[in-house]
Amino acid sequence: MAHHTLSVLVENKPGVLARIAALFSRRGFNIESLAVGPTEHDEISRMTIVVNVDDSPLEQVTKQLNKLVEVIKIVELDSTAAVQRELVLVKVGATPETRGQVLDAVELFRAKVVDVTTDAVTIQAIGNAGKIADFLRVVEPFGIRELVQSGVIAIGRGPRSISERGKPVAVPVPPAANA
Amino acid sequence: MSEQQQGGATVTGAESLVKSLEAAGVTDIFGIPGGAILPAYDPLMDSPIRHILVRHEQGAGHAAQGYAAASGRVGVCMATSGPGATNLVTPIADAHMDSVPMVAVTGQVPAAAIGSDAFQEADIRGITMPITKHNFLVTDPAEIPRTIAEAFHLASTGRPGPVLVDVAKSALQAMTTFTWPTEIHLPGYRPVTRPHAKQIREAARLILDARRPVLYVGGGTIRSGASKELLTIAELTGMPVVTTLMARGAFPDSHPQHLGMPGMHGTVAAVAGLQKSDLIISLGARFDDRVTGLLDSFAPGAKVIHADIDPAEIGKNRHADVPIVGDVREVLIDLITTLRTEADAGNTGDYEAWVQFLAGVKAKYPVGYDKPADGGLAPQYVLERLGAMAPDAIYTAGVGQHQMWAAHYVKYERPNTWINSGGLGTMGFAVPAAMGAKVAMPDSVVWAVDGDGCFQMTNQELATCAINNIPIKVAIINNESLGMVRQWQTLFYNSRYSNTDLHTGPEVRIPDFVKLADAYGCVGLACESPDDVDATIAKAMEINDVPVVVDFRVHRDAMVWPMVAAGTSNDDIKYARDLAPQFDEDEL
Repeated sequence: MAHHTLSVLVENKPGVLARIAALFSRRGFNIESLAVGPTEHDEISRMTIVVNVDDSPLEQVTKQLNKLVEVIKIVELDSTAAVQRELVLVKVGATPETRGQVLDAVELFRAKVVDVTTDAVTIQAIGNAGKIADFLRVVEPFGIRELVQSGVIAIGRGPRSISERGKPVAVPVPPAANA
Repeated sequence: MSEQQQGGATVTGAESLVKSLEAAGVTDIFGIPGGAILPAYDPLMDSPIRHILVRHEQGAGHAAQGYAAASGRVGVCMATSGPGATNLVTPIADAHMDSVPMVAVTGQVPAAAIGSDAFQEADIRGITMPITKHNFLVTDPAEIPRTIAEAFHLASTGRPGPVLVDVAKSALQAMTTFTWPTEIHLPGYRPVTRPHAKQIREAARLILDARRPVLYVGGGTIRSGASKELLTIAELTGMPVVTTLMARGAFPDSHPQHLGMPGMHGTVAAVAGLQKSDLIISLGARFDDRVTGLLDSFAPGAKVIHADIDPAEIGKNRHADVPIVGDVREVLIDLITTLRTEADAGNTGDYEAWVQFLAGVKAKYPVGYDKPADGGLAPQYVLERLGAMAPDAIYTAGVGQHQMWAAHYVKYERPNTWINSGGLGTMGFAVPAAMGAKVAMPDSVVWAVDGDGCFQMTNQELATCAINNIPIKVAIINNESLGMVRQWQTLFYNSRYSNTDLHTGPEVRIPDFVKLADAYGCVGLACESPDDVDATIAKAMEINDVPVVVDFRVHRDAMVWPMVAAGTSNDDIKYARDLAPQFDEDEL
């Protein structure tokens, strides 16, 4: 099995997330990470879904996703040809004795302190999955009190956009579908 | 109409809904009113649309399916919110599995009450997400015409399927304007119907190179209306044909190239035809487990050409050597053109030995049965006679032994004359589906072949049929038990009959189906002896003003053969208990 990152362009309509999540669950696939947000087009949302499956079931789930009427396009982003980022907010214990070491770690990982109290700091770190894991390993000895992590978002490298739209397809309504 | 098309007639949402259904070409709806859908029933009273008041929403759904399957038109059912809508779940799931074009319209609680656990509230859109092709919740009355237009477009194009439109009561009551759209914008919905030329060439090459090819015909061939093209390609090439349970009638049973139905209860010739082939040409079929048996051992020597309008079916269960995404009819038209060109250049396939081999298997192992030793009535005989005496009828069936016997012993010559629940296997399908088929095709004789178990699940629709002048005919194959389950208990559970005796005879008859028919305003007939079968069928065929119910009291221990036990290989087919066919493969 291998990690696959799917970028899914969907119509920005209520219920789309439920349809997609239910499809993965119904077909027996576990979503490792999911992030949803707006795109440069108001009517289109973009989901980044990371799944851990073999190639053949991945093809099946992609085809099933494509059958959802509100799914416009699916692109698998190869990690070597795409930028992948996730964001973590972590509350780490930081006493006067340890604060210096914690801030060193923040500096080394180009993370950022976003909140400070007398005995803890809240750090924001951004990176790919490997960098985030490394960072958490380094701050873990100081005591992680709370941790929240976003899903992965990803974008292909190079000048092209996956959401470049073709001509909008308009189908004439049959005057009488039942005739 | 011109006023509407120019846009802007001020109407209620309910009027807009009914006008939209009219604009979509709807002529018949099966349904039951209730609180949330009630506003729509008022303008429906003045509409030319015929609304048939059923007795249970499940009946409305299966009737819409039977209507669609018999005619090819979109079937429509309507129900209120909550339990009305959830009662449609079974037929919607059934239509989804068997790709039946259907639109279900349900009322929903007022928009402001959605999510509050209001009276008769159920999230039917959420409930039906996995069992519809698509579904909608409409809370803005202005969205009604566009939504209905999209629903009918989605249900009837591409791979057909059920679409649910849930409309909030507040949207039905609000004032709006009715404008029927002229275009549909569904950016994520672009079904491919035209096959790729390169794939057609590749398929033709495999067909010409094969020595043991078989046309594996599925329900998609019926839905695409490709029977004529199927006959053409079969006769052009001489390839043998198998028709799945969903495709019975797509190819004439009387045709010498037809090997019958494959699968768990398929003919020995059809099972062997797939199992020993070197090329399977799948046409709108989906390699269902009831056809393949143990998948790993299915047709081990065969390459596969898989043509389907749904790309997700291709390669789902069995690897496709040549995948072809497209409508079966268009695929066949292109294949025929290519193969004709090849034939003109002197290139044809050599299937002589294969055809001879299968003809031998077909002759040696016909579908057959033993007459009961006590002189009782064999269910297979009933269906054999019914098929012979009503060859032009449309047949529907429930699920179980009677369904398999109806699939084998009635001979089908035309598409859309065999309507059953294949994928979901819904007991109780036959009577309401027959009702729908009869409404769609009033000039056809419609026989519902039903089991005594199935019949008791949905027979309340006899009232609908009697009251609305829908004179269907029902043949109950009454073996006093849940016959198929009982057969498995005989074979796999040491004849321990746990909860399969229905007591519908012979000592007591609960219920008495003849009396029950009478109570519903139908004619009830009974038949217990093989000597009376023809006369009983003839009598039933003469009655065309009211529905007829015939209680065929058949031999209880009859079993469906041939059989491939669940989870075993098709190589282990038995044509009768403990009897496996012997193939003389030296002939190949």
